[in-house]
Amino acid sequence: MTDPDRRSERIVAALFAVTAVTGVGLLGLYLAGGQTQLEGVLLAIALGSLGIGVAIWAQELMTTPIAIEERHSLESDPVIAGELKGALDEEAGFTRRRMLVGMLLAAFGGLAAALAIPVLSLGPAPGRELFTTGWRSGKRLVGLDGQPVRAGDLAVDGVVTVFPEDAAGSADSQTLLIRVPPGSLRLSAERASWAPDGYVAYSKICTHAGCPVGLYRAAERQLICPCHQSTFDVLTGANPVFGPAARALPQLPIRLQPDGTFIATGDFPEPVGPAFWDITAQTPDGR
Amino acid sequence: MSQRTEPERTERAEPERTERTEPERTELERLGAWLDERTGAATITRNVLRKVFPDHWSFLLGEIALFCYVVLVATGVFLTFFFAADTRSVTYEGPYPPLRGESVSAAFDSIMRLTFEVRAGLLMRQIHHWAALVFVVAIVVHICRVFFTGAFRRPREINWLVGVGLLLLALAAGLTGYSLPDDLLSGTGLRIVYSVVFAIPFIGPWLAYLVFGGEFPTAELIGRLYVFHIMLLPALTIGLIAAHLGIMWIQKHTQFRGERARETNVVGRHFWPGQAFRSLGMFFVTAAGLALLGGLVQINPVWIYGPFLPYAVSSPAQPDWYVGWLEGALRIGPNWEPTILGVTIPSPFLPGILLPAIVFGGFALWPFIEARLTGDHRVHHLLDLPWQAPGRLAVGAATLTLFLVLTLAGGNDVLAVTLHVEVEDLTRAFRVLVFVAPPLVGVVAYRLAVERARRAGPLGPPGGLALHRTATGGFEETE
Repeated sequence: MTDPDRRSERIVAALFAVTAVTGVGLLGLYLAGGQTQLEGVLLAIALGSLGIGVAIWAQELMTTPIAIEERHSLESDPVIAGELKGALDEEAGFTRRRMLVGMLLAAFGGLAAALAIPVLSLGPAPGRELFTTGWRSGKRLVGLDGQPVRAGDLAVDGVVTVFPEDAAGSADSQTLLIRVPPGSLRLSAERASWAPDGYVAYSKICTHAGCPVGLYRAAERQLICPCHQSTFDVLTGANPVFGPAARALPQLPIRLQPDGTFIATGDFPEPVGPAFWDITAQTPDGR
Repeated sequence: MSQRTEPERTERAEPERTERTEPERTELERLGAWLDERTGAATITRNVLRKVFPDHWSFLLGEIALFCYVVLVATGVFLTFFFAADTRSVTYEGPYPPLRGESVSAAFDSIMRLTFEVRAGLLMRQIHHWAALVFVVAIVVHICRVFFTGAFRRPREINWLVGVGLLLLALAAGLTGYSLPDDLLSGTGLRIVYSVVFAIPFIGPWLAYLVFGGEFPTAELIGRLYVFHIMLLPALTIGLIAAHLGIMWIQKHTQFRGERARETNVVGRHFWPGQAFRSLGMFFVTAAGLALLGGLVQINPVWIYGPFLPYAVSSPAQPDWYVGWLEGALRIGPNWEPTILGVTIPSPFLPGILLPAIVFGGFALWPFIEARLTGDHRVHHLLDLPWQAPGRLAVGAATLTLFLVLTLAGGNDVLAVTLHVEVEDLTRAFRVLVFVAPPLVGVVAYRLAVERARRAGPLGPPGGLALHRTATGGFEETE
């Protein structure tokens, strides 16, 4: 054994010893109650020493001469390939019994279809629920705690997430109630009555990819989706003014009651959330 | 199997053979003989152990991916003992004060318990998550190596396709695993995935309902993701890994041009002991790196994000790195949503479905596309250096640039804060950059490669060119 060999051997042995010691240390640490950072470091030292030791062993102490291996064609011998063809064609007789083979394939097809159909049980067919939410005419607007939201609760440029009275926390009915100065709203004529005293309500689900539109920029009176930065102009009916969203946030028609609470006067006029291929389809009740 | 045995080795083999004829054999030798008589294992083992592996650092990249997967399976099995795939609501009563008394899902609660109450639980979780991130990094770098050196060419097209399948499975496993804790950040990610699936014309809503079990968010979802994450995807992944290695074994490795390297041979080291021990060392070092990351670098702190609530959202919200390019595409995507003959093409369709379909389609079919474009249908076992195929280099560089621009766009909100610019301006800049940068980088790469090839002079006949590997891993030409 030469001198460099002996030196390498000592280094590898020392590295393996480090692994053994840290391994036991890790066990002690675990039994003592554990500490994430220290566990990670000890485990890394144990594994690292072992790995480096093994690598040095392979590099310095093993005889690993350069070897050369010849490549061989992977293609099968024509005689063998011919035998295979014979076995498939002649003995099984597939080529002579085309009708039978066809019927066998048809049998497999039918069976496969029958066995694949239960996949459909995994989910209901999307139906009317894509076009509706939990809002109905007369439903009171409540906060997450289920308590009705009152006109005095919001300062100008205040925003609160509201739900139908019996569905606080509902995913598809989540709505933003925003208070802007009365008269600053520039809504279309048919929606003039939908936003009493500057209180206006829009669906909170982004029409792009469905994230909650959680940011309100009071200076510009814009709602911003934090996911992809679609920006909606609150004063003009939540029309998209920037980002990938193409449709306005649907507006919820609301009315201010004498007791200071709000009720919806109907559901959203169009589907909430991200688009789907037949989103413009007319449903039986004209929505 | 014809192998060139070094003289030194043959000499050493002689005395062994004479020993073996003596009746006194060790227990191990007797066991070996017993097994061999019944299975012929010695022949198989010899063939396996004497297989020749080319000796180049870039061939270890795929191995690192494999080793990450081993770590993933090991830590993942540990995690399954504690995770509850259940969205039923429970009250958190654990030791983390900010969430005590909050209503959370049983899934989130189990992750909290694993994190704060199970000893070494947080370490295992963080190693698992880091291993997943490094797994995809290693796969992507390995793919770059295979791509830029032309290792995918005939006869290796099948293994390229298997590799593409493995990448897709790794992405799917990453996405499903990331979503299991039922925290606010991953819940938002699932919401986006749901909306993108929703955007597929005709079948979108139906498909989204099949996968998610109804309108988002559903009670079934976490349980379904769990089945995918710990059962279906790992089974497919292990199957494809076996196929990937098996095909590589049969076809033998490619190799760089070198003094003795020919199209007809493989020059390198035997699997045993040289290569096996190097790989074993590499495995432990990879695991050590993951342990260090898992111990010291916080990842996916779900206790800070809080439980998923359908009406809440966090900002900024970035996904795991490998989804960043799709997130970026969604952010800078145009606000087009045309309705043609009553059929609406939702805005996320173009960046969320069409773009990845084209990217992955082109990527999977690249060996066939390149063969068609260059007319080169020959068998190749000797590798190119990247500059030796300027067109391929240009396509690869442009694609990587596209990914880089889109990934940066996926962090536009963070970048805007860092750079003190408006996020809108940044988005507009990215919309230009995504069309300008990739072709520009592609053209520059092409020019540089052509120039490099011109200086190097014509390539010798396959295998005839003598390139010497220097100590630093570079190449120098010799006669």
